[in-house]
Amino acid sequence: MGENRKVLDVAGVSKRFGDLEVLSDISFQVEKGETICVLGPSGSGKSTLLRCINWLERPDAGQIYLNGVQIGVSGGGLVMNDRELSQIRTHIGMVFQHFALWPHLTVLQNLMEAPVHVQKRPKAEVRDEALALLAKVGLGDKRDAFPAKLSGGQKQRVGIARALAMRPDLLLFDEPTSALDPELVGEVLVVMRDLAREGMTMLVVTHEMGFAREAATRVLFLDRGRVVETGPPERFFSNPETERARQFLARYAGDTANGRRGA
Amino acid sequence: MIHDFGIVWSERDLLLSGLGNTTILSALSAAAALLLGFALTPALMSKQRLPASIARGFVDGMRCVPFLLFAYIVYYGLPSFGIRLDNWTSGLVALTIYNAAYMAEILRGAWAAQPREPIEAGVAFGFSNIGLFRHIVLPPLLLAAGPVIGNQMIQIVKDSAFLTIIALPELTHAASSIQSRHYVPFAAFITAVFLYWGLCLVIEAGVGSIERLAAARR
Repeated sequence: MGENRKVLDVAGVSKRFGDLEVLSDISFQVEKGETICVLGPSGSGKSTLLRCINWLERPDAGQIYLNGVQIGVSGGGLVMNDRELSQIRTHIGMVFQHFALWPHLTVLQNLMEAPVHVQKRPKAEVRDEALALLAKVGLGDKRDAFPAKLSGGQKQRVGIARALAMRPDLLLFDEPTSALDPELVGEVLVVMRDLAREGMTMLVVTHEMGFAREAATRVLFLDRGRVVETGPPERFFSNPETERARQFLARYAGDTANGRRGA
Repeated sequence: MIHDFGIVWSERDLLLSGLGNTTILSALSAAAALLLGFALTPALMSKQRLPASIARGFVDGMRCVPFLLFAYIVYYGLPSFGIRLDNWTSGLVALTIYNAAYMAEILRGAWAAQPREPIEAGVAFGFSNIGLFRHIVLPPLLLAAGPVIGNQMIQIVKDSAFLTIIALPELTHAASSIQSRHYVPFAAFITAVFLYWGLCLVIEAGVGSIERLAAARR
């Protein structure tokens, strides 16, 4: 039972940039319907970890499996070619810190672009689904707008809808609210909370401790490229096991109290 | 004076065929120069020193050569190396290679200014290779570079006038035939000027519509 509910299996992943070891021997698993929040200080390797999962960065060591299929390495043990890699990436949605919407396309076209051209799904079906997703994130009236005309919060909600339009098995969020004005953070978190409640499998790199506390099924605390602590949010926030997690939470509380936002 | 324009009018078939040839010549070499520019751009931006410096040398060198001299070299100079091209081929080759250097530089600038993240999103969403280039990279690039590319196309139209020296029957060649046949220099040349202007207006209309598309997306 546990085996076939496992969506993501990260086993011993390491990554270095030159002399700097960014990730060392990271292992964890994500079950279907879980929302895992990846927390940690800046430079702890959180974003690199996400980027390794869909092979935007190629890990130096370790294996990553999505629904039992190894990412980046094909059956014969060779590195996947671009087509194989693209194929597997279509099962993983990604939401970017700076939205990364395609500026030449309207909101609706942004949602339809990859399902139509990469997944080759019928246009009419994709369009209906995209319109429903836009309504879901509260942007039904913006379907013909270009990204440049939207606020940051609206852009990020389009970013989430665009990822959902791929019908992904797993959604990766790379600091989805870090580039937003404070008053726009809430509208994005509302959408993410709804997704978590609906049972979307999500891996969220974030500095929003409130979101992690409420929506996460589990917290993964990274420091200097290692998983230092993992567990349910209630325990992590009220009674962290490690000194480093305690320091992180204390500093974070201090930052928030001074009105500074986590970088 | 009216009489002079009457003479030019009587030679309208010659002028129109010159205009037609100028249009064909400019359109073909603009398209080829743009394609060649696209091929050169990755070399210009390459991190490997050898391809980058070869491409950079070509682009910088070509932009410092007067076009008239370059056309002379292609038509009169290359035969000394056993390469003999007729005047149409020489004209097309000269216009294309010369302007490819400009196009490459234009595209390099626009490419370097493109934000990296939407392209990365394209990769994350499963686009790769040609699909990535066609759907994600190229459209914003053309929108950004469109006006400058249009400018360069106008330059190509004007450069094509030099090809009269290799007896290519384009518009300037037609106008000077009419003036030498009938001795009506002002009427013949001013008519040609207006025809060039009309051609440039067409290009500018194209640029205008690209600019409207780009402005809606800014």
